[in-house]
Amino acid sequence: MAALRELPWPAKVYFVLLLGAAGVLLARSASAYDRLDWSSLLVLALLFLVCESVPTLLSVRQAAVSVSFSAALAAVVLVGPQAAALVAATAVLSVRPGLPMVKRLFNGAQFAVCAYVAGLAFQWAGGRVGLPEMGDFPALILPYGAATAVFVGSNVVLTGLILALAEGVGKRQVPVRNVVQFLVSYCGYATFGLLIAGLWATVQSISAVLVLLPLFVARWAFGQYHAQQRSYEATIAALCQAVETKDYYTRGHCTRVSSASSMIAEEIGMGTERLTAIRYAGMLHDVGKLGVPTKVLQKEGTLTEEEFAAIQLHPMRGLEIVRGIDFLDEAFAGIMHHHEKYDGRGYPMGLAGMEIPEFARIIAVADAFDSMTSDRSYRKAKPISEAVAELHKGAGTQFDPAMVAAFVRALDREGWEPPPSVSAPADLALETTAKDHDDPTAPIQVVSER
Amino acid sequence: MSAYSRGVQGLDSGQLLLICAAGLLTVAGIANTAAVGLAEPQVAIGFGALIAAGELARLTMPGNREVAPISTAAALGYALLLDVGGVPATHSALQVVAVLAVGMIAGGLPHLAVGRAPRLDAIARRLLSGSLLAFAFRPLADVLRPGPGQAWWVALGVMVVLVALMLAADVVIASMLRAEQVRTAFGVAIRDETRMAAPLGAAVAASGILLALASHSMDMTALLAFAAPLLVTQVAFRKYAGIRATYLQTIRALARVTEVGGYVEPGHSRRVSRLAVAIGRDLGMAEPELLELEYAALMHDIGQLSLSDPIPGGATVLTDQAQARRIAELGAEVIRKTGVLGRVAEIVRRQCDGLDEHPPTASRIIKAANAYDDLVSGSTDRDRAAAALERLRLDGGNEYDPEVVKAMANVVDRLAPVNRL
Repeated sequence: MAALRELPWPAKVYFVLLLGAAGVLLARSASAYDRLDWSSLLVLALLFLVCESVPTLLSVRQAAVSVSFSAALAAVVLVGPQAAALVAATAVLSVRPGLPMVKRLFNGAQFAVCAYVAGLAFQWAGGRVGLPEMGDFPALILPYGAATAVFVGSNVVLTGLILALAEGVGKRQVPVRNVVQFLVSYCGYATFGLLIAGLWATVQSISAVLVLLPLFVARWAFGQYHAQQRSYEATIAALCQAVETKDYYTRGHCTRVSSASSMIAEEIGMGTERLTAIRYAGMLHDVGKLGVPTKVLQKEGTLTEEEFAAIQLHPMRGLEIVRGIDFLDEAFAGIMHHHEKYDGRGYPMGLAGMEIPEFARIIAVADAFDSMTSDRSYRKAKPISEAVAELHKGAGTQFDPAMVAAFVRALDREGWEPPPSVSAPADLALETTAKDHDDPTAPIQVVSER
Repeated sequence: MSAYSRGVQGLDSGQLLLICAAGLLTVAGIANTAAVGLAEPQVAIGFGALIAAGELARLTMPGNREVAPISTAAALGYALLLDVGGVPATHSALQVVAVLAVGMIAGGLPHLAVGRAPRLDAIARRLLSGSLLAFAFRPLADVLRPGPGQAWWVALGVMVVLVALMLAADVVIASMLRAEQVRTAFGVAIRDETRMAAPLGAAVAASGILLALASHSMDMTALLAFAAPLLVTQVAFRKYAGIRATYLQTIRALARVTEVGGYVEPGHSRRVSRLAVAIGRDLGMAEPELLELEYAALMHDIGQLSLSDPIPGGATVLTDQAQARRIAELGAEVIRKTGVLGRVAEIVRRQCDGLDEHPPTASRIIKAANAYDDLVSGSTDRDRAAAALERLRLDGGNEYDPEVVKAMANVVDRLAPVNRL
């Protein structure tokens, strides 16, 4: 939702209507204002503003949930629907840099309407507006719950409507998991509003400080966590690339296998934690390759059995390196078995079919695909269509057909950016290898010494 | 049994003293409570259960520090409790001790059942700090409890001051233990512990006071409602601690890539980083610097990956200067590509600089530790260690910083048993 004039006309009409409704609502409540506790109102408004200015506390990607909601609900209990609407309308003034005026106005109007309706629901369910006395508390819970439900409901409807009108209905498909996460965090924040209201009689505004301090600390810690995680991913990528510098042609291979693996994993519906794990496993799947002597990697023509054994050992070497990291066990299994084949003719263990861990079946597809769509010293990159045909050909013998199908679906939807074409480096002998153990179209030739 | 005896042997005197004090206090608290009977049993059970739940959800922060925020906040809340829904809370400080101890033991049992041995020193510290607050506040409870209609400001003020004092005392205890455990200066330990404890401490203190106040107007519902803000905090810190641990493990693991590739001797990176961190501590470096030093030491040879074939034996102290510098440059280049470890890259880049080029302390430490390990190469022979130190000393301040070499002499003896592993 950018500037107003860029909106389609139904969204404009809706925007104006909502603004009008909020205006009428605030004007009509004017009669209630003269018997208000202005000092409480001011503190609540300030609290609301502070919370509104630091949103996305729990960084739910799709929906920026802000704690301000709990301040508005506390206002519903303490000062009633009219004043709560006034408190919520201060969202217009929030100090978020770069927030366009249209959004500010919309937020203010939207919050005011929600707070007002929630206040009505609170009273309808038997809630008494004002400072809760000692012992009032159990009687407060039910009306408060009603107010929360109405607030969340109208908030979702009002914002959902503008998004639908502005961007076209059905364009934004929000996954169920996110909706659940969203509702849970809403319920959590509702509790804070209840705490603020419940404590107001004892220590007034200090209650807000006491409730919000842990939240701001949590926000800080989440910030630290995200910073650390970004830094971690950058580090792991850089180190894996350092391992690859040995071979000029495979640069960026680990990053691409990582992203292709997570495409497949997402397609088959893996949860967040496993998705993270397979990203790391894809990134690290070839670290053991460093244990293979350079002369074996660079050797032209056929390999002796001994040399091929050295190549076959690399998944175990990789596992040995990463074993000290606290990953999901599945990630280790993925690294260890990414060269198993569906028909049981792979290495290192010769597992077949469903014996091969899921992570390994995913990484195997991603690995082969990236190898085929990248330039190699002995051939140019294949086009995506040709690589997909190769994957289909290998489905059931080399690859798990389910994973190939999932990858093809994901490819159709998201597309794939193949690595830029590499021209042969000047110092060819030093930096290239004559074969790629990942390439299913150019199997490694082994001669028996006997 | 074996885990237990190992646990006791691994403790140093400060920890033992702390655990004994906590044990005595527990006995006194439980005996006294048994003799005079439990005041307001329902409240005691409610808080005890919350403490147990908090212990169950304990977590380990960076630097192997065990914390249990929910348990600590509940302990604070119980120590500061004035009334529950208008009924005065009359429990004594010794009853607080008893409830804390029973709750902590109950929360620790499930961990024990799945084979995670308790960190006795951390539990003892939590018990002691909660008890300190109880002994300071309980006698004042009757005076501070506001009558109907009276303001809470005085009670609140006293609570804030006492909690702040308690947290300060806790930091001091933690620093003394830390200083003894990792052999760092007490002043440095105080700074490190404060930095680690401040954010979580603020959240826990606010929640504890909140809990005491909320029990007044909300009765025991407060116990459930209050946990929400702190639960969010706990989740955030758990994630943060998790990624920090994984980060370090990953660097440690990937540093071994050079060993698997045959570029350096097995165990070299790990030994150099251990020695470097010990020297850094001896020189009074604070934890954030030590972490950078550890990362840099682990990855100091990563530049060798860019060479197509390993230097035979990998001993960089014996290779020529130009080659060593090139490896340092290449390694720094790799680390700089992360985009986030700029300072680590700088430390690695300057690890070959002579003293006249004024390299950062961390680079000097790595240079000396690397040379030492190349000369000794994991052997535990004392003569060889002494000879290596002598050789670094004889350099006379051209290549190796005499301060660093002196610190190394201090720590080498202590690290010897570790090297044998």
